[in-house]
Amino acid sequence: MMQHHQILRVVTKFNLPLIMLFGLYVQFHGDFGPGGGFQAGVIIAAAFVLYALVFGLDHAREVAPEGALKIFSALGVLIYGGTGVLNMLLGGNFLDYNTLSPAHPAHGQHYGILAIEFGVGMTVSSTLTLIFFVLSGRKERGGDD
Amino acid sequence: MVVAIAVIRLRDLFAVVMLFGIYSLLSAALFVALAAPDVAFTEAVVGAGISTVLMLATLAMTSRHERRPAHKPWLPLAVVTVTGAFLVYGTLDIPSFGAPDNPVHTHVAPRYLEESGEEIGVPNVVTSVLSSYRGFDTFGETVVVFTAGMGVLVLLGRGRRRRGEEEGEKRDSQGEKEGAA
Amino acid sequence: MDVLGHYNYWIVIFLMMAGLYTVISRGNLVKKIAGLNIFQTSVFIMFISFGYISGSAPPILEDGVTLYSNPLPHVLILTAIVVGVATTALGLALVVRIREAYGTIEEEEIHSQDRDF
Repeated sequence: MMQHHQILRVVTKFNLPLIMLFGLYVQFHGDFGPGGGFQAGVIIAAAFVLYALVFGLDHAREVAPEGALKIFSALGVLIYGGTGVLNMLLGGNFLDYNTLSPAHPAHGQHYGILAIEFGVGMTVSSTLTLIFFVLSGRKERGGDD
Repeated sequence: MVVAIAVIRLRDLFAVVMLFGIYSLLSAALFVALAAPDVAFTEAVVGAGISTVLMLATLAMTSRHERRPAHKPWLPLAVVTVTGAFLVYGTLDIPSFGAPDNPVHTHVAPRYLEESGEEIGVPNVVTSVLSSYRGFDTFGETVVVFTAGMGVLVLLGRGRRRRGEEEGEKRDSQGEKEGAA
Repeated sequence: MDVLGHYNYWIVIFLMMAGLYTVISRGNLVKKIAGLNIFQTSVFIMFISFGYISGSAPPILEDGVTLYSNPLPHVLILTAIVVGVATTALGLALVVRIREAYGTIEEEEIHSQDRDF
């Protein structure tokens, strides 16, 4: 798409790791400051979208293949649900994180929140990236036939 | 608000999408002013980033200009004005903006604010309510996002089989797109 | 009773009606989706302004702060925004499919094509 815009490419290359890092920070620091799985997922998806806009959709597909994105978005839901089922196996209710660490219920809550936020972030980021790829890939495929 | 009016008035859809991004960013600033940093965060990234890009991708595939509406705007305008007047009348019974004795603040919220510190051990109450007290809700929302993604995939992903019969129509639309660009 | 204390709801209602007007009066499907999004944002602003207490701090627990804004609406709207963008994407995908099937995204032309069948 924009292979010849040197400045855009260099600046994007410089910014992408920072955006990703910020996404991860928001993901795992969501307990203490504003943030959490939903925001982090959207930020990481935005990083992928930026990459696709500047370097072209085909390069972005190599970085994040659609099949892998499908698997990741399903895996995120599974992590979330699986945490709940794990709590049931440990003798509590569905999504009752206290069972994760019986001695320190608050610690258990902390682990549980981290796990499900991770699942949410995974689902949201890969689903939004997938939607973008599919919506914009339609045009390129429509163009060649 | 001014931006919202401009969004309605403009017929150049490209400008509409750009203004829509500005509108989202402004409402994110409003959320910061209303002491909701989590929400502002999400709105800024989603509204100004993702949804603008998605709308642009759609516009690239469809036409850029809107046709002049065929109907006179008076009937919808009348409907909207009457509905709005009724709603304004209804607000007179709602407690005023920022009042601490608003019924919203007196039921479960104080309990979350007072006890989540010990029960959950996480300072950000929004996170603890989101993931722990209302874990079921959030699970549902995650599944909705997942389902929407799958829906888009079903609609657009592997739609090559029925292409043959639409070939002629498609070529017309291609030509139109070239003309619009 | 101070009437001006309700100005936030009036802003919300104005935005809501603007979105509704767009959905009713415009024939272009992308424009309709933009109208729906304006409507949606007005609901977000309504919830967040419910949760606000004059002079309150963001709901992140800290020593020495006693007045927080209500975290519950924040949670609801936070998830609603992300779900909103996902459903908007679904709507846009439908628009793209309609464009491919009918060759237009104007409602009137779609109706007239339907009548011709």
